[in-house]
This record gives sequence, structure tokens and C-alpha cells, in this order.
Amino acid sequence: MKILIKNGHLVDPKNNIDGQFDLLIDQGKVVAVEPSINAPDAEVVDASGLLVTPGLIDIHVHLRDPGLEYKEDIISGTRAAAAGGVTSIACMPNTKPVIDSAPLVEYIINKAKNQGSANVFPVAAISQGMKGEVLAEMGELKAAGCVAFSDDGVPVVSGELMRRAFEYADTFGAPIISHAEDLSLVGDGCMNEGEVATELGLKGIPWVAEDAATAREIMLAEFTGARLHVAHVSTKGSVELVRQAKARGVKVTCEATPHHFTLTDEAVRGYNTNAKMNPPLRTRSDVDAIRAGLADGTIDAIATDHAPHHYDEKNVEFAIALNGIVGLETLLPLTLQLVRDGVIDLVRAVALLTCRPAEIIGIDRGSLEVGAVADIALIDPELEWTLDAQKLQSKSKNTPFDGWQLRGAAVQTLLAGCTVHPR
Amino acid sequence: MAFNPKHILTIRDLRAADINFILDTALSFKEINTRQIKKVPTLRGKTIVNLFFEASTRTRTSFEIAGKRLSADTINISASSSSVVKGETLEDTAQNIEAMHPDIIVMRHSASGACDYLAKRLKCSIINAGDGTHEHPSQALLDAFTIRQHKGQIAGLTVAIVGDVTHSRVVRSNIYCLTKLGATVRVAGPRTMLPPGLEKLGCEVHSSLSSAISGADCVMMLRIQRERQGKTLIPSLREYARFFGLNTENIKLAKDDAIVLHPGPMNRGVEISSFVADGPQNVILDQVENGVAVRMALLYLVAGGEQLPKD
Amino acid sequence: MTAESVEILDLDGVNRSLTRIAHEIIEKNKGVDDLVLIGIRTGGAYLGKQLQQRISDIEQQTVPFGTIDVTMYRDDLASRSDLAVGQTDIPFAIDNKRVILVDDVLFTGRTIRAAMDAMMDFGRPQNIQLAILIDRGHRELPIRPDYIGRNLPTSRSEKIKVDFDQHHIPRAVRLYKH
Repeated sequence: MKILIKNGHLVDPKNNIDGQFDLLIDQGKVVAVEPSINAPDAEVVDASGLLVTPGLIDIHVHLRDPGLEYKEDIISGTRAAAAGGVTSIACMPNTKPVIDSAPLVEYIINKAKNQGSANVFPVAAISQGMKGEVLAEMGELKAAGCVAFSDDGVPVVSGELMRRAFEYADTFGAPIISHAEDLSLVGDGCMNEGEVATELGLKGIPWVAEDAATAREIMLAEFTGARLHVAHVSTKGSVELVRQAKARGVKVTCEATPHHFTLTDEAVRGYNTNAKMNPPLRTRSDVDAIRAGLADGTIDAIATDHAPHHYDEKNVEFAIALNGIVGLETLLPLTLQLVRDGVIDLVRAVALLTCRPAEIIGIDRGSLEVGAVADIALIDPELEWTLDAQKLQSKSKNTPFDGWQLRGAAVQTLLAGCTVHPR
Repeated sequence: MAFNPKHILTIRDLRAADINFILDTALSFKEINTRQIKKVPTLRGKTIVNLFFEASTRTRTSFEIAGKRLSADTINISASSSSVVKGETLEDTAQNIEAMHPDIIVMRHSASGACDYLAKRLKCSIINAGDGTHEHPSQALLDAFTIRQHKGQIAGLTVAIVGDVTHSRVVRSNIYCLTKLGATVRVAGPRTMLPPGLEKLGCEVHSSLSSAISGADCVMMLRIQRERQGKTLIPSLREYARFFGLNTENIKLAKDDAIVLHPGPMNRGVEISSFVADGPQNVILDQVENGVAVRMALLYLVAGGEQLPKD
Repeated sequence: MTAESVEILDLDGVNRSLTRIAHEIIEKNKGVDDLVLIGIRTGGAYLGKQLQQRISDIEQQTVPFGTIDVTMYRDDLASRSDLAVGQTDIPFAIDNKRVILVDDVLFTGRTIRAAMDAMMDFGRPQNIQLAILIDRGHRELPIRPDYIGRNLPTSRSEKIKVDFDQHHIPRAVRLYKH
């Protein structure tokens, strides 16, 4: 069946397209992109006033499946993605059990294919059981379909193991995604170390915990010549470290989350456990540095670190609440806010959400050239709506943006030409 | 100016006028503690639960006596600090207690923000008797009361607070309380025990004991937790005592009529030498005595505020 | 306050009443032995001081004087918006004393009830007698004054106020209609 998307404002940074184009889909693929297409046999979608972009790509998502399905599963997580205009996600391996064997990679890919509303690209563990001791079977994992390796959430402490991980992963052409934190400096900190933590009497996590680890990862990547992707940079120093590394040719990329470029540690006031995440919300100068990094190309992608947690895990004393927030359904409006704030232009914003993350994990998405899979987001950039956490598609409702007035939303999401949102 | 607090959670949220009102009220209640019959019927029929998730003798006893002298029924509950270990959440524990219709819960908890947490979820009044390393309002009020008793007024005084500021809820409440009342507050300790951004709370930060107490009207020494010894913050109590302990020599740097306070319990020979602790300048037992009056005032003001919602 | 008010007693009227009460107290108690005066804060305390002076003038003997704040003994804690508590100052034992309790205006009797309860916490007086400047009626408790400056029938909505100057000397009694 053919679908013709007419009169939309097509933004496809990969192919340098930014203007009024029609787009024709047949058999789940893009078959034509022209200023005006006439296809009498096609179902017509009127995209007047809408942006038409490649389906968004979020390379940092916790789907919690297998093992922690009470928080999220592949079905609910990909529905949340679709609702947010996201058609491809990379999911992190800190499930139960940890994604450190080929059958688990296959389980995720198959379940997503059969029951999901988005493409799911598993990230497998660096070390077996994410224990930081023995390398996971990266060759098999890659062959089974994983796109990268990470011990996200449990940083690899051993410099030696990390060095070998870079070298070994490079053998199979996959990047290492590093959750860069020096755990001894984190201690039992639960928010950013600074004025607010001092006032609230909460243990702080100093910025140097992230910067020191980021520096090590960059050095190891430089030393091994392997590819490093730094997850969720949250500090001014990390951004600068990546900027300098790129300048001297290190194969490093990095991502930033919407919450780290939107909120500061002030959001923790009132002991708001939905403002508790790792890395923690930082200060205004860190937020400004991340925004500058997004603008100058230091930061390559926007990723959500979508981390669903059950109500009970957040409805506790701040110090014992779990880290993380859901993000798939707020990714788009918070990113568009950067455009409205004049931080980045629309094309750059779409690139940060599509072709750039696709390049990092090496997938053939994020482009609307003829022949590409028709993963598409139809976006009303001006649609104003109020976030009601209870109405999120995700099983978990842990968001600091509950009740926020947001602007911009995916009004329709197509996955290989099929509408997955609205359902 | 009406002051009908539903809760007493922090000093930070109080105005200077509120603090003075509490101190004035405490002055009226103090007289009761010297009577033969140390009891007034003010809170007859009120139920006060002392919900302590952390061991405390002094504060709990002080609140208990305060409640009893006001004729309230006071019940002490010592709960396990770790809800995880106990398998019951803080909310469940508190809701179970609230189902028995207390009017006031006086709460001590090891987690910063725990009192704020309960206040947002329960209908009864909450008085913070110390939450983690956040605030300890009644301690700061009794300190201010004691300083006022000895110095006449607080405005214009210089108060030095020395010790492990990072882990002290007493410091935070005292900084707010004393600066709101017009005092200059200096804090001092080894840098490992001084968290960033302290100046933003309104105090001066000193890294030596001598510079902090020089010319001070009041010197408050904080308890050093013995378990901090030999970890990353200080190498030994011996060394701590040498550089940050108050003794008969260095106290001469303070004003001649300076008073010495300590929130207790004291580590004699560590943060304070016995000769100072028992010396003429110490007002430590006045603090304890005044604690009852201040807590009576807090219980009275919280109970006497707006009618509790009927459920 | 701009409410309409009427002067009930002028300065001379107040002074005459106080002097008469002083005489009555001495007469009824056949002297001032074992007599103590306790004024209820704040108006009663000011008037008690006046009575102490007058009794001293007549008898050439000073009667112990104390003040009592009954806030802690009141029965309307939850419905009050002003929670200020005054200080009680009774610098003598009241055991086996004849206590003259002094207040300015007697209305429902609840304040006197509270004051008597408070007194009992200080000791066991031989008896308690009540002296008041104005009895405006509307008693809610079985309380009857022993010494009255002036009986004044009022309606519940009216207010009676004794005006004092900055030295706490009574100047007049006024009735405010609402």
C-alpha cells in the first residue's frame, strides 16, 4: 500500500533537505521525495503545517526487559517511543539477567520485531554480568545484533579491563559507550555536590567524579585508537574534555540528555525524587556548557537515558530513591525548546535526534533518501500541551516534567510505513 | 503577627519575627519547669507521637517531658531507621501511626528531607526533631534561647561554630536562626568537613579554629562522630583535638565573657576539653534545660494553630 | 478601632470603685493578714497593682502581689488565632493564703475558671476571693465575684474595655457596640 505525505516541511539533515517536499512510501520504503508528488493510488496524509522528519533515534534507553517488567517492557517502552516520535532505540544491558549473551540479544530483537512499536537495537554488556571483571563475549553478541557495548550504570572500575574492552570491541567494529563516573568519588552521593546539596543536607556527587572518569575513557580511546561514545555528559568539564579530544582526532562522540540541558540541581528542592538521576542534575553553568556543546557540534546526539522506575521506588526518602526518569515522551518538545531558545537551529536539532545517533551506533536509519526504510515522524512543532505523567505510554510515570506546559509533539509516527502512533 | 504553624520543619522557612515569637513563648513556658507542680493542662487530650528512626536520648526525652508538662499524651516509638531492612516504607509506617489519630508527630530520621516527606503525605502536624544532615530546628531555637538568656540579645553577636559541618544538621539550623536574628555566624573545621556553598547559607567560613573564635561572643562546638576517625575526613581524633578542639588556651581568643555551647553528647578530650566543658563559660546544661521550654513552645504553637482537619 | 463607644466609668468612677473594693477586702478579711493579691494578665494585673497600693495606703502594710497568665489553662486553644502566652510571676507561696484574684471584666467566667486551676498548680490557698471592676453578666460557669466595681448589663455582641495609660493606670471603662 502506498502512502503519500503531502505539503509537509521535510527536514532530513542527512540529505541536506529542509523545505516543502512530498514523500511517497511504498512497501514500507521511501520511494520518492519531490517538491510535489501526484499518486492517485496512495493514501494521502496531509502534513500541512507539520514537520516531516526521519523517525527519531534515542540511543540511550532502559527497557527493563527481561526481568524488570514491572517498570517497563519492550512493548510499553516502544509504545512510549512511538508516542514521542521515536522509531529506533538502543536499549541498555542492565536488565535481569544482564544482556551479556547472544540469546538475550536475540530475545530483545525478536520481541521488539514481533510485538514492539519501534526498532530496538540492543547494547550489550562490556563485562560478564556487568561485574567489571571478565569481558563479555563481544564477538557473538555483535553477531547476534547488538550495536555497542556498555556497562551503563555500573562504570568499569579497572583501567586494564576498560583498555581491553576498547581493543576487543574494536576488533568487531563496535563502539564502547561509557557511563563515565569515578565511583569512589561518587560515594553515597545522591545529587550534585554544591550549594543546593549543602542546603538540603544531601550527600553530593562532585563534578570531578564525572570529569576524571571521562578523561580516563578519552585517554584509553586515544591510546587504543578505538571508538568511544560518552553517555549523558552532564558537566562543563566533560563537554570540554570531549571538545579537546575531538580536536586532536580521538574517535570520541558523546550525547546529552534533555534533562541535563533543561534542569539544574535546583529541581531537587523539596526532595523531589523525580529530579534524582545519575549523573545528577548540575548547575546553570553546566547546563550552559551542554547547550554550547550541542551548538558547536561537540555533542553528537540527544539521548534520553529513559529510566523507568516504579512509583514505590520513587515514593521514598530521597537518599534511597532510585536514579532516573522516563524521557521518551518528552524528548521532542524539550529539544524543540532549544530551537526556540536560539541554541541550535531546526536542522541541527533534527540531526541530533536522527542521523547523528544513527551514525554512532551504525544503523541504517535516520535518513529519508529514496530506498530508505520509511520510519517517519510527523511533528507539529507548535502544538501546546500539558504533560500529565499518568497519561504517559510508559509503564512508569517518573518524570520531573509532570504538569509542564510543553510545545511540540509527534502527531503521527510511522514505522516502516505503518502508523504506530497514534494508535 | 499571627504565627500558627502547621509544621515546624526548618528554620530556613521561618521569619525572624516567628523565631522571636517562639523564643518569647518559650520564656513563658520556662517558668513552669521551676514549679513544684510542673504541669499545665494546655494540651490536655492531645496525642503526641515521638517517632524516632534514629537513636536519641536527649532530644526524645526533652520532647517527651515537654509534651507531658503540657498534659499531652506522649508516646515514644523507636522505629528501625532503614525502611528497606524493615520491609516497610516510611509512608506506611507513618500512615499506620496516623490511623491512630495523633495530633503531632515529632520525628527524627536519618534521611534528609524525611520530615518534609511525611508532612506532604500526612494530615497531622510534624515537628522535625532532626532529619539526616539537613536541619534540627528545635536545637537551633534552644541555642538561640540560651544565647539570648546570657547575652540579652542576639543581634550584633559573633557566634563561632566549629566541627563537622558537612554532617551537622545543627549547623544548618543554627546558621539560619542566628543570622535571621542579626548575629554574624562563623563556621570552621577541616576543609574535608566544610561542604561547598556554605557562604550561601549566610555564614563566614574559616579553616582554622583560632580565626573563627577570635573575638567571638559565643563558641559552639559540634560533636565529632567517633566513626569518622581513620576514614577519609580526618586521620585521627587525636589530631582533630589538637587542631580543632576547644581548650583552656585557645578559648582565650574569644571574648572574656564568651559563652560555650555544645549540642551534646560531648566527646570530652576531642572537640572540647573537660576544663572548658565544665568551666565557667559553659552554658551546656542551660541548653538542655531551655530545650524543654523551647519544645513546649513548639508543641503549643503547632497544636494551637489552625484546627486539624477532621477526617 | 472606629466602633461606636460609650464611656461607662470615667477616671473618678474607676478610682472610687477601686478604693471601695480595697476597703471591702480589708473589711471582709478583718485586716490583711495572710492576704495576697493575684492579678490576671493583663488588665487584672494592672488593677491588682492599684488595689495593692490602696490597701497599703489604708493599712500601712504591703500585701504581696503576683500576676498570672491563664493562657495555658484556657479551654479554647484550637479556636484562637493569637497564641501569645504571657508570663506568670507569683514570687511567694500561696499555701494557706487568702488569695484575692483580680480581673478587669467578668464575662463568661471561663478566664476565672482557668485562673483558679492555675492557682491550684501553685499551692493550696485557704480561700480564693474574686475582685472585678465590671461584671457584665452572661456567665457560663457557676462563678460569682466577691467584690464588684460596677454591675453592667450588656448584650453578648457588645465589648467592654478598660483603658489604661502608658503607666498601666486605669483611665476609663468604655462599652463598644457592634
